[in-house]
Amino acid sequence: MRRLVELPLSKSFKMAFQSIRVRFFRSMVTTVSLVLAVSFFTFIQASNDTAEGLLSSNDQTVLLELVKAGYDITPESGSIESSAKQRWILFLSLLVCVVGIINAQLMSVTERFREIGTLKCLGALDRFIVRLFLIEAAMQGITGGLVGAFLGSCVALGSCLATFGGKAFFFIPWGQLLVTIAVATGTGTLLSLLGVLYPAFIAARMQPVEAMRVDQ
Amino acid sequence: MSQTSKIVRVTGVVKNFDLGKIVVEVLKGIDLEIETGKYISIMGPSGSGKSTLFNMIGGLDKPTEGKVFIDEVDIAQLDAYELAWLRCRKIGYIFQTFNLIPVMTALENITIPMTFAGVSSDEALKKGMDLLSQVGLAGRHEHRPSELSGGQQQRVAVARALANNPSIILADEPTGNLDLTTGEEIIKLLKELSIERGVTVISATHDYKMLNVSDQVIWIRDGKIEKIQQREELNISTGGLASAH
Repeated sequence: MRRLVELPLSKSFKMAFQSIRVRFFRSMVTTVSLVLAVSFFTFIQASNDTAEGLLSSNDQTVLLELVKAGYDITPESGSIESSAKQRWILFLSLLVCVVGIINAQLMSVTERFREIGTLKCLGALDRFIVRLFLIEAAMQGITGGLVGAFLGSCVALGSCLATFGGKAFFFIPWGQLLVTIAVATGTGTLLSLLGVLYPAFIAARMQPVEAMRVDQ
Repeated sequence: MSQTSKIVRVTGVVKNFDLGKIVVEVLKGIDLEIETGKYISIMGPSGSGKSTLFNMIGGLDKPTEGKVFIDEVDIAQLDAYELAWLRCRKIGYIFQTFNLIPVMTALENITIPMTFAGVSSDEALKKGMDLLSQVGLAGRHEHRPSELSGGQQQRVAVARALANNPSIILADEPTGNLDLTTGEEIIKLLKELSIERGVTVISATHDYKMLNVSDQVIWIRDGKIEKIQQREELNISTGGLASAH
């Protein structure tokens, strides 16, 4: 009697991927909110990176242009600081994004109550359900994070070139930019996982008898 | 021995639902024994406690008092893992609303319980194809539930219920969402499979078509067993019904 039910990881990935593919539109709505938040995050960071690069040129005219463009340059450290207001807006945008994800994922749990109940009737354990939701969220997070980071850095580079002209191209710190993209993608994935925790918990606690319900 | 072994034994089962201010007594002491390999129908009006008893037999709910034994195992003693194992290996569920996983193909739907049971992927696919052809859906394995008719979906559900060779098939109003002919086909399929595989079929139903194939009908009224009719008695009563019209 002590034999256990199992769900191999490869199969979990396949099921999660299938679920995203078939419910593409719904997943996209969740992912788009992530893309927007991450691209905003990347835009702010990447703009600071490029400005930092320009600052290192030690060119007085560039310095003036930077100040004109609205960057806070602290005279003592001689570097670009992100202002408190900027950080606050950034934090709010990420918070709004997480709340949006929680909302969308809760909707998706409600929509799938019968599917979850059925899986449990077929022998799925609570942790299988949590795992499926987490993998789905991680896939959405990585995709949304990457797209957002790419979009945000493109816009930041574009606006930098537009403001400071072609010469700015030589001062772009590519290494720093890559780090920013990686951090942004990671943040996106983390936000997506954070947003799915509570909905996944609700889904896992669902009783198998829910699958029997005929109404709704 | 196998002729008389009891697959399900229910003793003194009482089920109360605590609704905060009031406690509703849904089952008021049920004693029941179901023999292996029989086709059982549980009949009763809505609100009679039929579904509650049915869920209890299926290991989906635990009794307030009394005991439910499935294959001589008291389900109240099982932890979450053992219950999941029981649902996976011992019981096959068929639902009124079919409940196939919408994002998966017919074949994938049939192979999920086998995956949970630890059957290798190749073996599961092979068995899944066999089951599909047994329920008359050979060649439809790539179709999603939305591409199948109600009757076809229920056939896939029947195949899925059989995937791990369960001892019991629990069918909750399996014909409730089907038209007359399709419903009859599903009943016939269930009966055939029950005889062929020696699996016990327990179905909760309103459908009088079910009576013709049942070995035993358990009538529930007001949380108690009103009567248990054997097949022989049924022939007479349905005959009586027919002649009354």
